[in-house]
Amino acid sequence: MTALIEVEGVSKAFGGLQALNLCSLTVETGTVAGLIGPNGSGKTTLFNVMTGYERVRQGTVRFKGDSITNATPDRVFKLGIGRTFQLTRIFPRLTAMENMLIATQHREGWLGSVFRTAASLGPERDRAMELLQFVGIAALANQPAGILSYGQRKLLELAYVLVADPDVLLLDEPAGGVNPSLINHLAEKIRELNAQGKTFLVVEHNMEFVMGICDSLTVMNQGAAIVTGTPAEVQANPQVLDAYLGGADEEEGD
Amino acid sequence: MSRRGLIKPGLIALALLAFVLFPFVFSNPTYTTIAVFTLIYMTSTTAWNGFAGYSGYIPLGHAAFFGTGAYTFAVIAQHDHLGAGYGMFGLIPLSGLVAGLVAIPVGLVALRTRRHTFVVITIAIFFLFQLVATNLGITGGSSGLQVASPTWPGATYNDPFYFVALGLLILAVAASWTIRRSRFGLQLLAIRDDEARARGLGVRVGRVKLTAFVISAIPIGMAGAVYAYFVGQVFPQFVFDPLFDLSIALMAFFGGLGTVWGPLLGGILLEPLQQYLTFSYSVGDLYLIIYGVIFLVVILLLPLGIVPSVSNLLTRRRSGRGRASPPGMAAIGGDGDARAGLVAQSGTTP
Repeated sequence: MTALIEVEGVSKAFGGLQALNLCSLTVETGTVAGLIGPNGSGKTTLFNVMTGYERVRQGTVRFKGDSITNATPDRVFKLGIGRTFQLTRIFPRLTAMENMLIATQHREGWLGSVFRTAASLGPERDRAMELLQFVGIAALANQPAGILSYGQRKLLELAYVLVADPDVLLLDEPAGGVNPSLINHLAEKIRELNAQGKTFLVVEHNMEFVMGICDSLTVMNQGAAIVTGTPAEVQANPQVLDAYLGGADEEEGD
Repeated sequence: MSRRGLIKPGLIALALLAFVLFPFVFSNPTYTTIAVFTLIYMTSTTAWNGFAGYSGYIPLGHAAFFGTGAYTFAVIAQHDHLGAGYGMFGLIPLSGLVAGLVAIPVGLVALRTRRHTFVVITIAIFFLFQLVATNLGITGGSSGLQVASPTWPGATYNDPFYFVALGLLILAVAASWTIRRSRFGLQLLAIRDDEARARGLGVRVGRVKLTAFVISAIPIGMAGAVYAYFVGQVFPQFVFDPLFDLSIALMAFFGGLGTVWGPLLGGILLEPLQQYLTFSYSVGDLYLIIYGVIFLVVILLLPLGIVPSVSNLLTRRRSGRGRASPPGMAAIGGDGDARAGLVAQSGTTP
């Protein structure tokens, strides 16, 4: 096993709030890694740091051995880290298909895009359609993304991150607010993609979902990763129970 | 489906024919004068919309490029003592080019900001242009510049201007349409919806915005040159006119911001109205009251503008008749704002 993403000693403060406190995390190639922790424990901030949406002064992030600390979001994306957001960020006034085509264009020249009609993108379009089919919303391809339901938006966001064929996908609460049958659908898709060689890092509160798909789990509390292990190990760890059941006061004394 | 597909090209061809025939049918110089101004404004609002409507950034300083084009034309015409014939129209592309070049540093500065700040910055930069034109020697200061009147016959004096302005409008519409259909246009629309996310997906937002900004300045600079030749004089307060910006913005909003055809509709409705009011009552600023009313109407009743509102209505009608098949938004002109569907449809589960 080799490490695909390595986060080392990252700290990030927002004013007086220490969102990340010497946080370290490793994601192994080809695994589905889970990231859990109480609300406000720094999971999303860690995602933001890894994907360039937040800058840090302390700590390093490495991808395939090279530092991507404080790289811009587009560079991180181009290198092969795709990311979805807790509150999905789709382009509501573009159609689902147009949303897909946005993500493919980083391979293209600058003036070329002015004279390239969106309709002429044959292969990209086919690929995009395949992915929409894969996640199960192909029927909505020509609808404005704004009319999609919450769960469908999550699927669209997953699909358009996949367009760029990233090596690793960071999913921020993919099951949050999604109905149970869609959650199963999503879990199935993640397993399928993982079998094809994609690596995942998933932030999620839905324990059943997390336990079902993850090979390893990391628990965060107060800005630091406190435990890493298999789902079974993590479940049995007393520190984790403390973090979730209000043992936070003790943690502060450490 | 194919019959519906033919309606639009047919309508465009008819409209084009009407525009070509107009000066022959209405040869009264009052009408053709109004028509030339209308074409100048339609060109300007279309070009402006090509940036503002697609990117969501609302600049209120494009008069800087109109004035730059007008002054480029007038300065060269004066300094080089060029003739006063058809050849002078050759200066128009050059004027557009100069306006485009000037737009590069303006865009580089202004596009560092967003939303309200961007609006204010563009207004501020615009006033700098006005100030410079009023104080520089080469622009003739506040007494402006005169352009020699053309030598062609008086009876059809307006016609060459009319057809040059029409050609310019066609160019602007073609550019707007091309952008809307292109991947570049898709990038602009993505910036409008969520700029940070677009950047995260590899859209080079800085370049895309600047390119669109510069492209929008070029036809406006050319329109300024047509204005300079047509009117025969260039004054700082008239070619660097803040009301120019309000007018083209209102035209775009009224017709439908971010659509190809909306600004054309806005321009063809509002500019003749302005000219008519000015001609009829000899009060130059009377139209501002009407514009104020229209601004209120747009804000209160027509926030999307005419074109998207009408296409909304059609979508609702159509989906009301046959609820089973969701109508693709692309079928209804494609340039209709996609929000149309938000109202008309409720999501279907996969």
